[in-house]
Amino acid sequence: MRPAAARLASPAAPLQPSRWGRWSVRTAAISYLVLLLIIPLVVIVQDGLRAGLDGLWRSITAPQAWSALQLTLWTAAVMALVNAVMGTLTAYVLVRYQFPGRALVNTLVDLPLALPTLVTGVMLVVLYGPQNAVGGWLQAALRWRIIFAPPGIVLALLFVNFPFVVRAVQPVLQSLDRAPEEAAATLGADAWLVFRRVTFPALRLPIVSGMLLSFARAIGEFGSIVIVAGNIPLRSQTAAVYVLGQVESENRLGASAMSMAMLALAFSLILIVDWLQRYRPAPAAKTL
Amino acid sequence: MNAVAKRLRPTAATSPWPRRLLIGAMLGYIAVLILAPVGALLVGAFAEGLAPVAAALSQPDVLAAFGRTLFIAVLTVGFHAVFGTLLAWVLVRHRFPGRALLNGLVDLPFAVSAVVVGYMLLLLFGRNGLLSPLLTLLNLKVAFALPGMILATLFVTMPFMVRELLPVLEAFGTEPEQAAATLGANGWQTFWRVTFPALRGGFTYGVALTFARALGEFGAVLVIGGGVQGRTETATLYIYRALDERHYTGAYSAALVLGLFSLLLVAGTEYLRHRGKAKAGR
Repeated sequence: MRPAAARLASPAAPLQPSRWGRWSVRTAAISYLVLLLIIPLVVIVQDGLRAGLDGLWRSITAPQAWSALQLTLWTAAVMALVNAVMGTLTAYVLVRYQFPGRALVNTLVDLPLALPTLVTGVMLVVLYGPQNAVGGWLQAALRWRIIFAPPGIVLALLFVNFPFVVRAVQPVLQSLDRAPEEAAATLGADAWLVFRRVTFPALRLPIVSGMLLSFARAIGEFGSIVIVAGNIPLRSQTAAVYVLGQVESENRLGASAMSMAMLALAFSLILIVDWLQRYRPAPAAKTL
Repeated sequence: MNAVAKRLRPTAATSPWPRRLLIGAMLGYIAVLILAPVGALLVGAFAEGLAPVAAALSQPDVLAAFGRTLFIAVLTVGFHAVFGTLLAWVLVRHRFPGRALLNGLVDLPFAVSAVVVGYMLLLLFGRNGLLSPLLTLLNLKVAFALPGMILATLFVTMPFMVRELLPVLEAFGTEPEQAAATLGANGWQTFWRVTFPALRGGFTYGVALTFARALGEFGAVLVIGGGVQGRTETATLYIYRALDERHYTGAYSAALVLGLFSLLLVAGTEYLRHRGKAKAGR
């Protein structure tokens, strides 16, 4: 029923003169997607399951792999939390306040997306490396190790994922009805109370979406981390760097198992975000 | 009592301090997180003046690495320009079972680690890979060679073109095309003279994003290409090796060039697009 109706209503008909033409375009587009995306993914799943679920589990819980996975998850979690707070703050300031340089800051937010992540890693090493001024001082004066240690990983992840929360919150904040906030202020609520009880509930969904998306990306991040964290097993080796090591030492099962774990984690996060956005609850601010 | 009194006072409207504090906190965060590293790279690269930078960048292997990066990026952009447009077209204009699934699949590369992409291709095309009998039959070398690196870059850059074109194509609708058809234009004429000009903004931005991402690809080309100096070394792989060999001036200047180029590409296109929009608005 629907396909027929859609074809009658929206025809792109002028551009698809024949049934044959339509089919060839569609087949070309779909095979592009399948050849490029699906086949490689199927291969990795098949390879990971070669030794059965049992072997897969044993490969992931091997000490070096397990520690890499844990490091990846907790650094990503710290990044997601900081990113949620600072990203929301940035979006709020950009939408609500006028100040000189606002347009410039707004463009700066996208800078991490345009920079190759390897370059990000190099930048952080130049700034915080122990042989350079700032890094040397931090290490001598405060005994802070940033490069080749977890703080460097968190910093790299924060840099690379900075746009996600900002760009998720900004449009929602922009289109938010200001009347409930004004009403709350008239009723005597101070700015913080208004934000907490009126504005924030409406922003909860985009904040969580942005957090989860950045978390999903952080699981696979490689270019910046391999530079910043190095490759010290059990100390600063993340999941992606671990996969590289296993590929280089030709441990296929180890590489496939960790790849599958990373894929499963990232996909489920993306699916959750998708589900959240589809089943969006009525904006909480309106129910006040 | 005191708490109630405090709440009743409309501080937000009168005091400039919350505003100043929030703006300051945000600017400080961006300065420390983003601007400081960018500045550090600038200072680090030019620490010994301009001459060593120029010398490092004009080494034959550095030039060759940048050449390989450009070659891969141009091929990738060309491929996605054609097939990405095709896919966006099919996703918007055709109705068929599984369309929603395909639409979701387009974003998949965003969630796959670059290292895993390289490894998947290695499983397919590597020495004991699934397709290795076929490759020896055809006498083709994919792993540890340019074709594999191109495939890896294609995978990683897949979403950009489609994601830029989908909303534009959806907003454009079909009325102008129907009008053109009524006036006697055939399919190709309609596409080139009516549809494509409307897509140009999204198309250009998609090309720029794809290009920038292809230039910066590292993990996937490292695993599938191996980073063999003089054969499969791209710009990013050169930076990686130079850091490893403690050839810092070389690493920093190459990183600076790569970063600046990607940045100018994306910022320039965005500027052009905004100007185009402003003009159209008038």
